[in-house]
Amino acid sequence: MDNTSTLLRLVLGRLSLDAIPYHEPILVGTFCVVALAGAAVMGALTYFKLWGVLWRDWITSIDHKKIGVMYCILGLVMLLRGFADALMMRAQQALAFGGSYGFLPPHHYDQVFTAHGVIMIFFVAMPLVAGLMNFVVPLQIGARDVAFPFLNNFSFWMTAFGAGLVMVSLFVGEFARTGWLAYPPLSGILSSPDVGVDYYIWSLQIAGVGTLLSGINLIATIVKMRAPGMSLMKMPVFTWTALCTNILIVAAFPVLTAVLALLSLDRYAGTNFFTNDLGGNAMMYVNLIWIWGHPEVYILVLPAFGVFSEVVATFCGKRLFGYASMVYATVVIMILSYLVWLHHFFTMGSGASVNSFFGITTMIISIPTGAKIFNWLFTMYRGRIRFELPMMWTVSFMITFVIGGMTGVLLAVPPADFVLHNSLFLVAHFHNVIIGGVLFGMLAGITYWFPKAFGYKLDPFWGRCSFWFWTIGFYFAFMPLYVLGLMGVTRRLSHFDDPSLAIWFRIAAFGAVLIALGIGSFIVQMIVSFVRREQLRDTTGDPWNGRTLEWSTSSPPPAYNFAFTPLVHDNDTWADMKNNHYRHPREGFIPIHMPKNTGAGFVIAALCALYGFALIWQMWLPAAVSFVAMLAAVIIHTFNYDRDYYIPAEEVARVEGARTEALAAHV
Amino acid sequence: MSLPKYARPLLMAPIALLAGCNVVLLHPAGAVAAQQGHLIVVSTLLMLLIVVPVMVLTIVFAWRYRQSNKAATYAPEWDHSTQLELVIWAAPLLIIIALGAITWISTHILDPFRPLRRIDAGHAVAADARPLVVEVVALDWKWLFIYPEEGIAVVNDVAAPVDRPVLFKITASSVMNSFFIPALAGQIYAMPTMQTELHAVINHAGDFDGFSANYSGAGFSDMRFKFHGMSGADFARWIETAKASGHTLDRAAYLELQKPSEREPVRRYAQVADRLFDSIVDRSVNGGNLTAASREP
Repeated sequence: MDNTSTLLRLVLGRLSLDAIPYHEPILVGTFCVVALAGAAVMGALTYFKLWGVLWRDWITSIDHKKIGVMYCILGLVMLLRGFADALMMRAQQALAFGGSYGFLPPHHYDQVFTAHGVIMIFFVAMPLVAGLMNFVVPLQIGARDVAFPFLNNFSFWMTAFGAGLVMVSLFVGEFARTGWLAYPPLSGILSSPDVGVDYYIWSLQIAGVGTLLSGINLIATIVKMRAPGMSLMKMPVFTWTALCTNILIVAAFPVLTAVLALLSLDRYAGTNFFTNDLGGNAMMYVNLIWIWGHPEVYILVLPAFGVFSEVVATFCGKRLFGYASMVYATVVIMILSYLVWLHHFFTMGSGASVNSFFGITTMIISIPTGAKIFNWLFTMYRGRIRFELPMMWTVSFMITFVIGGMTGVLLAVPPADFVLHNSLFLVAHFHNVIIGGVLFGMLAGITYWFPKAFGYKLDPFWGRCSFWFWTIGFYFAFMPLYVLGLMGVTRRLSHFDDPSLAIWFRIAAFGAVLIALGIGSFIVQMIVSFVRREQLRDTTGDPWNGRTLEWSTSSPPPAYNFAFTPLVHDNDTWADMKNNHYRHPREGFIPIHMPKNTGAGFVIAALCALYGFALIWQMWLPAAVSFVAMLAAVIIHTFNYDRDYYIPAEEVARVEGARTEALAAHV
Repeated sequence: MSLPKYARPLLMAPIALLAGCNVVLLHPAGAVAAQQGHLIVVSTLLMLLIVVPVMVLTIVFAWRYRQSNKAATYAPEWDHSTQLELVIWAAPLLIIIALGAITWISTHILDPFRPLRRIDAGHAVAADARPLVVEVVALDWKWLFIYPEEGIAVVNDVAAPVDRPVLFKITASSVMNSFFIPALAGQIYAMPTMQTELHAVINHAGDFDGFSANYSGAGFSDMRFKFHGMSGADFARWIETAKASGHTLDRAAYLELQKPSEREPVRRYAQVADRLFDSIVDRSVNGGNLTAASREP
């Protein structure tokens, strides 16, 4: 009897039937919807016999374009989850006044706002950014793939399985109730003995490995694989921002990994890095997490700036104004983003000189950012602006983002921050820059590069619906929060005493509904575009009259991207080639050396996730087994010598011949 | 360009709504918060100097250079102008220099650790005035206020005489909270094993909201208290009420009080254990001393 229970403990750890939240109707309902949708997708895959295609062409694919698309799909799916959390919070705060406690008890509400933050940053914004960078960068620099194609596949699956662990926490156990940065001592074992914080730690650790490796990969790609002639100052601005973002990732993410490792030592091994006793110091955690956390903001927003730079030049039919100052501004922002982290905790008792220093360094960032805004503005000046969707997102961004920038600088004034810190004003500010900056940028980028990825444009009508719902919804949802912040309302409250606040929360909830319609329109746009794909088809590969190299190849590009590596003479390479009457190559094709697909990345990442899950529930036996299996899978993969192949010259000639015909038919 | 008729009420509605509600940060009752509110207004106006032109230009350029307007100049190769680039770097730079100077000065003047120099815009603090000391402990999930000189303690209720400087010494028992009375002064964190300080003064009598401004777990939303600005006589009576309660906050009672609980009613203690606050900071209430050091500003 004793032996069986010990064995059971070793296998199951803390996991028991009690961990299934069947007493929470919201979660049971969610589970039913997810299960039905999952069954429908699996049924469809089986019915249309797509399992093999899914495995061969997508899951095991090391093609940067497909990985980029998968990152974007992951980001959009997780957006639905993160936004569902947002709707629940808005509904709760619109209802819980006076004596009412709303429909979410603190136990559930606190998980919802924690999960919302974690998901939106790590599993929506990061995958969308990584997706666009993966898809676009090799095409923009004239490369066939990224520097380490297998690593790219592995990075994606680590991110995806990290997201998977967060989703599992919804139905098995619970998620953290600590806020998205899990400050100790609240996240320590004494205040949070449950599995929530462990889910947080292990999902971020697993996804973090993926992000870090992807950062190294893209830096190597940009530094080593640019087409001949593309000096650094001839790189497209999006590639520049991708380079800076990945440098930030490589410098910042190890700090996150380290600080979470220390926190898990505190929780698992009884160390005292961040505890209240035996010399532990929670301030150390707060400093370290923000040394990662502030650059993280720029990791997200720099690529969005890159997207706007590409979009504005293309749709104004004009060279980007002030290319050099745009590049320097990006690099300056990258460096300064490491010198501002303390502005997240002016209110934790630093001296006046320290606070002033970090306040002023923060303000200095607004100078290069302001210069960027002016550069886009003067690119529009004397342009011929086509208001296609990506350009509409850009104009909306420019107007919305300056408000967020202004409130950000205001928060950087320490005495002002003393009254605004942790208030809804702060919440309004960072949604202002993350939605108005990052998200609008990602939606502009997706609309802009979608025809490159799939060969047809997105339906403009539903795109415009989505645009207006998002833009107007944003103002309705977040302007009231600025007001509430000035009324001294703090964030993360699950109910309120003062009934006069209700009207503002209800306006905000209305805004959230508008945003929901925006997301709905976006989904409809995807479906309608797929149905109408023949009408929306682009055979030229250059639907927007683009200026950079990705528009010189077909849509979707062949696996090898470019039959011949292009020669670069100008920073708007493709515009330059068009001006010089570039002709599509007809002959002289040679075999192309390409990497081969492998399932190793998926398998290793899956074993990592299993290992994480076992550690969360303290299932020591499965943890040991999955860890050994993971190591074994890595070692076995190193013995796989069958990693590459050649696309024969005849195949290249056939593909390029078909493209020549398509181009001729179009003219 | 005049606004369409229907736009005016639409624009005015939010302003009317704003006027109807209590924007406490901009109209506080304490001198420190008043200066902080003033700073918010000044900084915002300073930044609007550049933000408004950018927004207007964005709309003007977007309209003027739309594709269908063939009358507008089109210069596809124009991508550089040294004068213009100087302007676009210099304009934000000048504003940030101004704002940076304001920041440096105001951050030092309004440093919460710095004793007050003035009661309000018109009155300096007398040279020999000593502030009222209030020790603040954030517990799970309630606030303990100890008045060491008066020898009393109160849970979830705090008061101070009008126009007398107050020194709050702040710590926490288990997790991080933030001590915030918007009408009085900016917030400062309450953190276990550490002590922070806040110098402030209330200039008007009244009852003001106070709460934790940093999420601290399940009972966080109800971690609220009232702060009373009172005349000297009322304040003396308020102290007397506590003294009349007859309860004692000794170490055992404190250890009982610090256990997690929610929505605690106001409680008053006529006596407080000697040096209780210091032992909370260095975590020695139950005898042992477990921490390395308490924090001095």
